[in-house]
Amino acid sequence: MEGKKLRSKKGSERLKLAIIHIVLTLICLIWLVPFFILIIQSFRGETGMSTNYFFPKQWTIDNYVKLFTKTKFLKWYANTLIVALAVTVLQTLIVLMTGYALSRLRFKMRKPLMNVMLILGMFPGFLSMTAVYFVLKEINLTQNIFGLILVYAAGSAMQYYICKGFFDTIPKSLDEAARIDGADRHTVFIKIILPLAKPIIIYTILTAFIAPWGEYMFSSFIMLGDPDKFTVAVGMKQWLDKESVNEYFTVFCAAAVVVSIPVTALFIWLQKYYVEGVTGGSVKG
Amino acid sequence: MVDLEYLKMSAPQKFVYRTKAFFKRLPRSIASFFAALPKKLYGCLMAFLSVFTNIGSAAKNGTWRTRISFVAMGTGLIALKQYLRGILYLLFEVLFALYMVFFGWKYLAKLGSLGEVACVEEWDDALGIFTYKFYDNSLLILLYSLMTIFIIVAFIYMWYRNVTGCYECEKVREAGLKLTGTKEELRSYTDRNYHKTLLSVPMLGIVVFTVLPIFFMIFIAFTNYDKAHMPPKELFSWVGAENFVNVLGGGISANSKVFAYTFREVLLWTVVWAFFATFTNYILGMVVAILINKKGVRCKKLYRTVLVMTIAVPQFVSLMLMSQLLADQGLLNNLMISWGWIDKPIPFLTDGTAAKITIIIVNLWIGIPFSMLICTGILMNIPEDLYESARIDGAGPVTAYMKITLPYMLHVTTPYLITQFIGNLNNFNVIFLLTGGEPLSLEMQYAGKTDLLITWLYKLTVNESQYGLASVIGIFTFIVVAVFSLIFYNRSKSVKNEEELM
Repeated sequence: MEGKKLRSKKGSERLKLAIIHIVLTLICLIWLVPFFILIIQSFRGETGMSTNYFFPKQWTIDNYVKLFTKTKFLKWYANTLIVALAVTVLQTLIVLMTGYALSRLRFKMRKPLMNVMLILGMFPGFLSMTAVYFVLKEINLTQNIFGLILVYAAGSAMQYYICKGFFDTIPKSLDEAARIDGADRHTVFIKIILPLAKPIIIYTILTAFIAPWGEYMFSSFIMLGDPDKFTVAVGMKQWLDKESVNEYFTVFCAAAVVVSIPVTALFIWLQKYYVEGVTGGSVKG
Repeated sequence: MVDLEYLKMSAPQKFVYRTKAFFKRLPRSIASFFAALPKKLYGCLMAFLSVFTNIGSAAKNGTWRTRISFVAMGTGLIALKQYLRGILYLLFEVLFALYMVFFGWKYLAKLGSLGEVACVEEWDDALGIFTYKFYDNSLLILLYSLMTIFIIVAFIYMWYRNVTGCYECEKVREAGLKLTGTKEELRSYTDRNYHKTLLSVPMLGIVVFTVLPIFFMIFIAFTNYDKAHMPPKELFSWVGAENFVNVLGGGISANSKVFAYTFREVLLWTVVWAFFATFTNYILGMVVAILINKKGVRCKKLYRTVLVMTIAVPQFVSLMLMSQLLADQGLLNNLMISWGWIDKPIPFLTDGTAAKITIIIVNLWIGIPFSMLICTGILMNIPEDLYESARIDGAGPVTAYMKITLPYMLHVTTPYLITQFIGNLNNFNVIFLLTGGEPLSLEMQYAGKTDLLITWLYKLTVNESQYGLASVIGIFTFIVVAVFSLIFYNRSKSVKNEEELM
């Protein structure tokens, strides 16, 4: 009697688990199918925006050939790569410096500064874009990669929050011990805090590097009118305009695959740090 | 009694109660703010006056060195052998004077009118064509005037520091103490003054690329800068609060009525969207995380990796792909028609209401992996024995979720929810790349049915050159975001370092 009850309970438990497994597999499918579609569409031979069957009837690599030979894609890719690398370096430096200063150093303007940045963050970023555009135009940096780098990097101090939260968790006793030994604050930062901050450094690098690949708002405005200077997002968006979508949709898919592979690989490689940064930052506030 | 009633409420009821309480308390907190105002103002006034008393005492008690610093910055310090600071102050004054005489003054003088003559057409005999001679550019006048004002403020501050700094040094010397040498001064920038070293570049970036532009756009909101008033060919001028009146519906012309209607519609959808986008993602992400975390589920890592991978694919790729798959002639509609499931395409993105629902669903697809990631780590921290005792008390999984999981998660992740909500209020990518704000509506001006304030702002600027109105929209967006952040920050007890934020 007892045994039977136990077994039936076990059975219902197993049924539950089976259902959960099915649900999770379904979820994974839902998330993967669009990317699967993206990949097979990039090999589609038929032209046009879409077909009324799932698998293409002609398979080809023409889309990739066209992408690299007949479009400005390589140029856009190089632009985006340069911007991403430069922004990564600048943003990482700025975020670390700001994070350390606001976490460890005590000065009169510390709290007012943090409040001001909080309030500035509430303004829609694009609001300032017109003025930034004319400032850039005055120094001849519109339709210029350096202008875009400047715009991305200039505001990065406002993303200090997660970094500061991380520095806050490093015990202060470490600093104090070093200070007693005669180290100044700069030495403490370089020799003690930075070596301990590897996860947050990698997190900052990763987010800084990925952001320019998907950013559309600022880059489209700054590069307006010069297709040679587009980033991948701006250039590829053009292909999906109503006039060109029929010709370029499969090329778009090929380009999307080419853009996604390195970024995704990097991301999966450094996933651990990303998860740490995201969860740590969002919980500690 | 009241406390007991409060404890009996469910989580959503508590939320409603607290939100109500916040608004109920609002008049009183506003009143107390104003009650405290005289004291605060007095404090400010005292601080302000202390600036003058400091200058006064420096003028009265200081020697000739301090007194010449009033006119020639840094000279007193140089006389005191504080060469580094002294020379920098002096250099700053010289540069400032040059800037004002040759550049700043020209623009500042025209700030009131924003220029008188924009351009003159002249017949060029040699070339046989009309040539344009450009004179006043309202845009540059406003921009450079603002910059000059910033520089003047910086100058006044430096001047004050120079006078008091010199006086301090004199006092130190009078007391018979040694002044810090140049070398020591330099070394302090890696130690005592290290924050100045670290923060100068980041803050310069923020001032030039964020603060100055925001001030600029706030001023633009009070001008008629639009398509008909485009520098350098035309001037624009101050129009007072006209743009604000138009947006809020006080305008007389039919055009401004339409604009005000558009503003209300867009604002409403922005808030509705941010609410649904944030909470559907959050709840469903949590559910997925719970499912994966459940004891006995195999391949946890595989499921998680598949979902995390989708975060890595650049968002614009997934969004634009979705916009094509869901189009009227897109793959999904075509497939369903050819399979005979439907007769005519479902207007996923071309019907107002359907598009709104589609956006929220696609946003789920984009956002669930992210919230799943956030929730996974926290869920593991909930003590297992809490569930154990709940089960012994006879609570089912739903009750356990409502009474244990949800309150715990809400408590810990409030900061995340706040940032998500604010991020969604300004979520440009999802809307712009998915629908582009469409479908268009006849009743609305320059905006479609799914436009958010931020995408509308983008269109007003990039496509329509309605800078004045766009600035007003930007300012209202700021107000909306600020109001919601204030409400949430006030409500959340889990913002532990609250005194640091507010």
